[in-house]
Amino acid sequence: MKYIYDMHHMMLKNNIILVYEGEFTQEITKSVLAMAERNMDSVGEESGIKRKVFNVMVECLQNIVKHGDDPIDGETKTNAAVFMIGKQKESYVITSGNPVKDEHVADLKNKLDQINSLDKDGLKALYKEIIKGGTGLSEKGGAGLGFVDMARKSGQKLEYGFEPLEKGQSFFSLKTTVPRG
Amino acid sequence: MEIINLEGTEDTPKIILDKTNKIFEISGRSLPEDSAEFYQPVLDWLAAYANDPLPEMIFDFKLEYFNTASSKLILDVLTALEEIENTTIHWYFYEDDEDMEEAGEEFSELVDVTFELKPY
Repeated sequence: MKYIYDMHHMMLKNNIILVYEGEFTQEITKSVLAMAERNMDSVGEESGIKRKVFNVMVECLQNIVKHGDDPIDGETKTNAAVFMIGKQKESYVITSGNPVKDEHVADLKNKLDQINSLDKDGLKALYKEIIKGGTGLSEKGGAGLGFVDMARKSGQKLEYGFEPLEKGQSFFSLKTTVPRG
Repeated sequence: MEIINLEGTEDTPKIILDKTNKIFEISGRSLPEDSAEFYQPVLDWLAAYANDPLPEMIFDFKLEYFNTASSKLILDVLTALEEIENTTIHWYFYEDDEDMEEAGEEFSELVDVTFELKPY
């Protein structure tokens, strides 16, 4: 039973206010958003910060719902992924992790590196270019635009990593930091 | 002409398209699971309206939040409005919501329609 205490301790130590692991759907997305909003309301978070955190959460969660690749491992569930929000003194940290096919890794890295290389005006220009449909950055229907929006709303670089899994898949981790005030 | 009157939900906006009473409004939150499917009736309605429009139209956007998938469809709605003469967009935003104000400015740069940005 010690894992319960360990989990509790780990969450407290990392200031994690919400963790969800499992299947991701639109209904789950709405529930996670409602819980996070309630948490921010209960501590009287400033409305501007709340809106930015909400924004980043939506894009992050919907990316998983729409673009998460099914695990090939028969034991795990469809869309199995993890989503966490941490609240530090200076910032909210929104993280997600989900399996993706190895063939998508290079494309994801390219998109994220391109976004991280741009400043505020560059991101604005890229956003307008994608929304007009003038670029191939979002050929899968919007993941590119979601990342651009997360970078714009947070004003921070998007941190990411890939851990190799079995059977031609990698675990894609993404971290967005929203400064408080 | 038929009236579209959709109640807003936690992930879809309130929509009123009422030619008789001259009310044209999209408001609230927009993060539907399938934004293309959700906005299709609006685009269809505007295509029909364009055949016999009123002399002028004020279209209110009073969005509290929209996701990136919705932003593409909002641009489609604005592009449809571009084709209708004497249309003015009233783009409302909470006065402390710079992101929503900027979103209105960006949309106004992408389409050739008169925009009025309105803080409230």
